[in-house]
Amino acid sequence: MHPRVAPDATAHDPIDPDAILIPRLDRRRWLIGTIGSLTLGGLVMRSRAAAAPVSANPPKAATLPLEPEPHRLVFFDPGEAAFIDAAVARLIPADALGPGAVEAGVTMFIDHQLAGPFGRAADWYMQGPWAHGTKEQGYQRRRTPAEVYRAAIVAIDNNTRKSPGKVFAALAGAEQDDLLHALEDGKLDLGDVSAKTFFMLLWQNTQEGFFADPIYLGNQGFAGWKLIGYPGPRYNYDGAIRDFGQAYPLPTVGLMGRDPSRQPKGPL
Amino acid sequence: MSTRLPPVDVVLVGFGWTAAIIGHELTEAGLDVLALERGKFRDTIPDFAPTHMQDELRYAVRRALFERPARETLSFRNSVDQTALPMRHLGSFLPAAGVGGAGVHWNGQTWRFLPEDFVVRSHTIERYGKNFIPADMTIQDWGVTYAELEPYYDKFEYLCGISGTAGNINGTIHPGGNPFEGPRQRGYPLPPLTRSFMTEKFQAAATEAGFQPFPCPAANTSEPYKNPLGVQMGKCTYCGYCEWFACGNYSKSSPQTTILPVLLAKKNFSYRTECDVTKVNLDSSGKRATGVTYVDAEGKAFEQPAELVILCAFAQHNAHLMLLSGIGKPYDPKAGTGVVGRNYAYQITSSVDVFQDDIVNPFMGAGALGQAIDEFNGDNFDHAPYGFIGGGYIALWNTGGRPIDQQTSVPEGTPKWGGAWKRARAENYLSAMSIATHGSVMSYRDSYLDLDPTYRDIYGNPLLRMTFDFHPNEHKMSRFLTDKAALIAEAMKPRSMKKNYREGHYSIVPYQTTHNTGGAAMGTDRSTSAVNRYLQSWDVPNVFVLGTTVFPQNHGYNPTGTVGALAFWAADAIRSKYLKAQGPLVQA
Repeated sequence: MHPRVAPDATAHDPIDPDAILIPRLDRRRWLIGTIGSLTLGGLVMRSRAAAAPVSANPPKAATLPLEPEPHRLVFFDPGEAAFIDAAVARLIPADALGPGAVEAGVTMFIDHQLAGPFGRAADWYMQGPWAHGTKEQGYQRRRTPAEVYRAAIVAIDNNTRKSPGKVFAALAGAEQDDLLHALEDGKLDLGDVSAKTFFMLLWQNTQEGFFADPIYLGNQGFAGWKLIGYPGPRYNYDGAIRDFGQAYPLPTVGLMGRDPSRQPKGPL
Repeated sequence: MSTRLPPVDVVLVGFGWTAAIIGHELTEAGLDVLALERGKFRDTIPDFAPTHMQDELRYAVRRALFERPARETLSFRNSVDQTALPMRHLGSFLPAAGVGGAGVHWNGQTWRFLPEDFVVRSHTIERYGKNFIPADMTIQDWGVTYAELEPYYDKFEYLCGISGTAGNINGTIHPGGNPFEGPRQRGYPLPPLTRSFMTEKFQAAATEAGFQPFPCPAANTSEPYKNPLGVQMGKCTYCGYCEWFACGNYSKSSPQTTILPVLLAKKNFSYRTECDVTKVNLDSSGKRATGVTYVDAEGKAFEQPAELVILCAFAQHNAHLMLLSGIGKPYDPKAGTGVVGRNYAYQITSSVDVFQDDIVNPFMGAGALGQAIDEFNGDNFDHAPYGFIGGGYIALWNTGGRPIDQQTSVPEGTPKWGGAWKRARAENYLSAMSIATHGSVMSYRDSYLDLDPTYRDIYGNPLLRMTFDFHPNEHKMSRFLTDKAALIAEAMKPRSMKKNYREGHYSIVPYQTTHNTGGAAMGTDRSTSAVNRYLQSWDVPNVFVLGTTVFPQNHGYNPTGTVGALAFWAADAIRSKYLKAQGPLVQA
């Protein structure tokens, strides 16, 4: 079904999309990269296919459909990643109940989110003038989420370097908890970054990474879903919905099924 | 500079529920109809496939199906003495972008308003006296009655294939349905959805507490259904991905699953996507619309001439377009004069969380799978002892169990993060339940929409400015409803419960509901309404305004049933009256 439009409504000069979108990549490489990111739910990713020139080492057709390799950080530097690892390990710790946020790949999840449209605030209204409002008026700062993370991590590490003399990641667990509470309560001065804003973002993104589909690189091994008993996205509960009081018997699945070889892998 | 296009009979601004309905009705009358949609085309195949749709992060958290504030937003303040600031990202409400509009991502909770709701002002004065209405409250009668709208409610419900149990058929009360509803001419087209463990628990507890629970009316099909247009829907599978998602199973009523297969095949219907309508053009008299101006995805401006312009965009966007186009006198809160932007309203929600030990599998659900009571809605109870106007339903919705932002409640006293939080999530995900209240919001002199003096959209036009707060009447009412919900929660004999009252100022940050209303109220008096009882502009008679924009205040139910009924009502008036004698359908 195609829209019928007035003849001149869509008339425009023919354009070559490649010429605009990928000035320096050959078309085949661009296509493979596109397929990769579409398969992964539109997430901007650096898959092996997109990272290596195809012509140098053409993959065999039979192996093309996803043979995932561990992903690499695309936003955080190693010091920032160490901060996030340390923080999310306190927010959702590994314990007798199962893996925590670090083991589930939450750092890699946040890293990739910040490198993409979320990190850039691509959907947000970012025109000035900029003014401080009431809390009911919501976020009114110029910084994107990616910029908030970057600025806050530097400010916090500078703060703890002065006292007690180590970066956040090197502190003892109880000291890290105290600092996270101080951020949450807005009691730590981070200059022109709001400690509360950073904490809320970090905690929100940590939960997202723990419970989102593994295609986004968190929730590895369905760690978050298995913890709570969510069986993953499933199509049909007609019938099962009347099995009152019964745990759902089928195993956990993700959008890519449940075969571990089909799940994207984090840095483990 | 805009390119002038060949004229059409009717141009529809937006292509959601109301445009699909009115587009179908007016093409049946032989008119050439064109819909202009700001978003993209989308349909069940390939866009809604369950293989990718059940992605909570992408659709619910990152808001993939909704408007992008980068392109369109509004500014907000609680009161006239504040400076409004732009809503920089979505939060409190989620307008759609794309063909099908909010009809694609809604839950399907399809109610009728009560007969008294349509005459709330005169009814309140008659029962409680004029002094019962606070001085700053600007509620008014709709200008259309429930009895007049009943056939059109019926039409919308049969279009959609609503699942439910009738409570009142032609005045006879039927057990198991809502005994408080207005009389309906016949039962629902489909039986109610399958009850889940948690809705059974609500049923038992509400009965024990002395109430009369019933299955919520649902635009999720309990059985296969072929609607009067011959469009086939499939049986719902309770996958739990309705709210903020599109259905890949043809089981949630939407323009795509009920009308578009017929409408898009018509030779006298066409649509264009990624077209932002920026203005309704008026002739030199200012009393006749000549068409609209829109900008396409390449930034080119076009003038689309039309004999009839029908605003079918989301609630406040219709009001915004009227203000930008000079249709009707803008509302002035100081003088209390003018009509466009007047009587903006919303709804007030709260909940009571219930923690118990039976596994209730929250992830098996449907957007409108729920049980409710209606004892405290509208004027179903004597308000005299309580000193407020309005009410709402109390329901347990078994919508789904999305782990990031839906089924997340933990008992009171649980730390907000860390090991204890993790344990609480593990212990409560499969067994927690929540009882919701869904309350009315009356209209007030200081709750309104106008043009922002500072902030601009991508075309350089002023943003719409929303000035809104909850008033004492609504806080009192919501607290009353929450305490009633707690009675049902207590009857469930939980190990613990948590009352989540809605307190303080209205905030645009946390999601509450996408039931924004008003800005171009309908009515019988042109000094207090922007459109007449047929949704026709008093000032520019070849402009009609659809959707919740015309609600004079907001009542205690989800609005889509009433929006659908009003669309059929307006279409009928255009076909049977306006086309015969073009001009005002009501003499002011």
